[in-house]
Amino acid sequence: MKYLNEYRNLEATKNYLKRIEKTVTRPWKIMEVCGGQTHGLIKNGIIDLLPDKVQMIHGPGCPVCVTPLVLIDKAIALMDQGVIVCSFGDMIRVPGSKKSLLEAKSDGGDLRILYSPLEAVRIAADNPDREVVFFAVGFETTAPANALSVLHAKNEGLKNYSILVSHVLVPPAMEAILDDEFCNIDAFLGAGNVCAIMGTSEYHELSTKYEIPIVVTGFEPLDLVEGIFMAVSQLEAGRFVVENQYARIVKEEGNLAAKEVIAKVFEIGDRDWRGIGTIPKSGYVLRSEYSHFDAELKFGVESISTKEHATCIAGAILKGIKKPGECSEFGSRCTPSNPMGAPMVSSEGACAAYYHFATNLNN
Amino acid sequence: MSIELSNYKSINLGHGSGGLMTRELLDEIIFKVFNNPYLNQKHDGSIVKIEGEIAISTDSFVVSPVFFKGGNIGELAVHGTVNDIAMCGGIPEYLSLAFIVEEGMDMNDFIKIVESIKQTADECGVQVITGDTKVVERGKGDKIFVNTTGFGKVHPGANISTDRIKVGDKIIVSGYIAQHGMAIMSERKGLQFESDIISDTTNLNYLVKDLLDGFGEKIHLLRDPTRGGLSGVLSEIANDTAKGVSIYEKDIPLEKQVAAACEILGLDPLYVANEGVFVVIVDNEIADEVIDAMRNDEKGRNAVCIGEISNENPSKVVMHSIIGGKRIVSPLIGEQLPRIC
Repeated sequence: MKYLNEYRNLEATKNYLKRIEKTVTRPWKIMEVCGGQTHGLIKNGIIDLLPDKVQMIHGPGCPVCVTPLVLIDKAIALMDQGVIVCSFGDMIRVPGSKKSLLEAKSDGGDLRILYSPLEAVRIAADNPDREVVFFAVGFETTAPANALSVLHAKNEGLKNYSILVSHVLVPPAMEAILDDEFCNIDAFLGAGNVCAIMGTSEYHELSTKYEIPIVVTGFEPLDLVEGIFMAVSQLEAGRFVVENQYARIVKEEGNLAAKEVIAKVFEIGDRDWRGIGTIPKSGYVLRSEYSHFDAELKFGVESISTKEHATCIAGAILKGIKKPGECSEFGSRCTPSNPMGAPMVSSEGACAAYYHFATNLNN
Repeated sequence: MSIELSNYKSINLGHGSGGLMTRELLDEIIFKVFNNPYLNQKHDGSIVKIEGEIAISTDSFVVSPVFFKGGNIGELAVHGTVNDIAMCGGIPEYLSLAFIVEEGMDMNDFIKIVESIKQTADECGVQVITGDTKVVERGKGDKIFVNTTGFGKVHPGANISTDRIKVGDKIIVSGYIAQHGMAIMSERKGLQFESDIISDTTNLNYLVKDLLDGFGEKIHLLRDPTRGGLSGVLSEIANDTAKGVSIYEKDIPLEKQVAAACEILGLDPLYVANEGVFVVIVDNEIADEVIDAMRNDEKGRNAVCIGEISNENPSKVVMHSIIGGKRIVSPLIGEQLPRIC
């Protein structure tokens, strides 16, 4: 628990909160990019401890929230074909156009909930007469393990393993948010976990181009308040550079071995983002030499198309333009036990976080 | 005790047929192991004499794997029901026991579970007085499911009800939380730590009886936070009383390895199941005495006050975080979902 207890220290956290209070003179809007950071802010009650002038905007970095609805329908179509579909736990309750993966399981589908895609490779090896698909969602953080699963399957000569890919990248999403005409973000807390893999180098151009501070930040209370302090300090001083609060984990060049595995299996391609739409060059697709591991091609589900819920404003929420409370369905027709959109499902989604937090404490 | 049923290495459909094979299973295993005057009648049920108010509770057990570090499904089936009766202020005396066994279950495993039930029942001071065994086809169960129903007289000093909770009452937890859930999760996920995480499954009936003997009506509520964890029980209390529940993160008893396992798997220990822990809500004036009394018992060794009932935030559970922030603790929606990034 070293590196955890130290970063949950009351006195050190209070110290940074005081320094933020002393430094801030004007209102600033800071977006924490990653859902894990949103979770940390809410779980530790940090938002209420910040000065009123510092407003946190919850970013798009929740993989569950940005995975297009159609991918869930495709995963269910695979289950209907008798395929063993393996998924991280977060995805299973997200509603597709008709049902969630969990409901499809109740209807007889074979769904396995895993912590690692390598477990899915094991399932494929143990079930040579069945097809096994891993639902490979997430940002750069989950890409190395997903890529590795493909390499393992290839090395073992497994013909019955493939992946349903919906990998997305953080920098293009940040750029899309900044390009939006309604964007009002003054600084970013960069996603520490993503940068642990990719490093910080790719953020310099973004920071310079949009004249915006980016502070790569961890997830513990002390990380978050220190990251916010660093962002506020830059803003007050009129500076805009990339800074690394999470230096105990994140290196400028990232994790080279992980990047190598990603590059071997994936290449950059266009991706659809739930609620935002298509962002060019914003995700990973399988390289052509690995296309036989592409579940969409293998099972002919690439043509399935699905429309988003008409009234769900997930896109505006994910871009930080609207707060969950501004949605007409929030807390009435859309609740965590009956979610209409993905940000209400995941514990890292902004709507679910607000539902548990705002509707309770502020009422 | 050693049981020999060498004819069959595993349970088959015949053992649930009601015919000779069932009779053999009962004679050679169940009646031999439990060997009490109620079961020895070999009747469809049993007759017991009991006077006054009784507490009754039923529970089904479907845990997988059936053997885990710190216990097995049989032990759990006795502890679970015994504890539920204790939480009502009852003194558990009798149990019914029903098995649904999947065809193909290893006979030795079945015997181990039955023997474990007998041993656990003896430790809890309860007798198994009636039961049932059914066998389902392979693939229609998961090795074995167990149901127990228990009952016993209500303690004369008990007056346990959410209606009795008032502002200022203290919330005491009897020991480290999240042990059972994390023991099962570690087993399923093959996680290894410096030392094993052991399920906390145990009986709480004697400790509860001592508390009721000593403090009677000043014990306002007893609950065991099994599925849904501590957050589930506290949310129900907040909801049922329309009062606020305030708890302090720094006081929540959490063993180091369990905390680490929760971090690795992305689970919140407040939502993880317990099987040997209970929550006591008591009058403020006796809180310290109750904690002292609990700490004198092996099963309450780590008892600690984690918060109080308050006027603020009615119907909500508010956790004061280690760094001085506040957050709402909501009840679990479905199964706790591990995070993926």
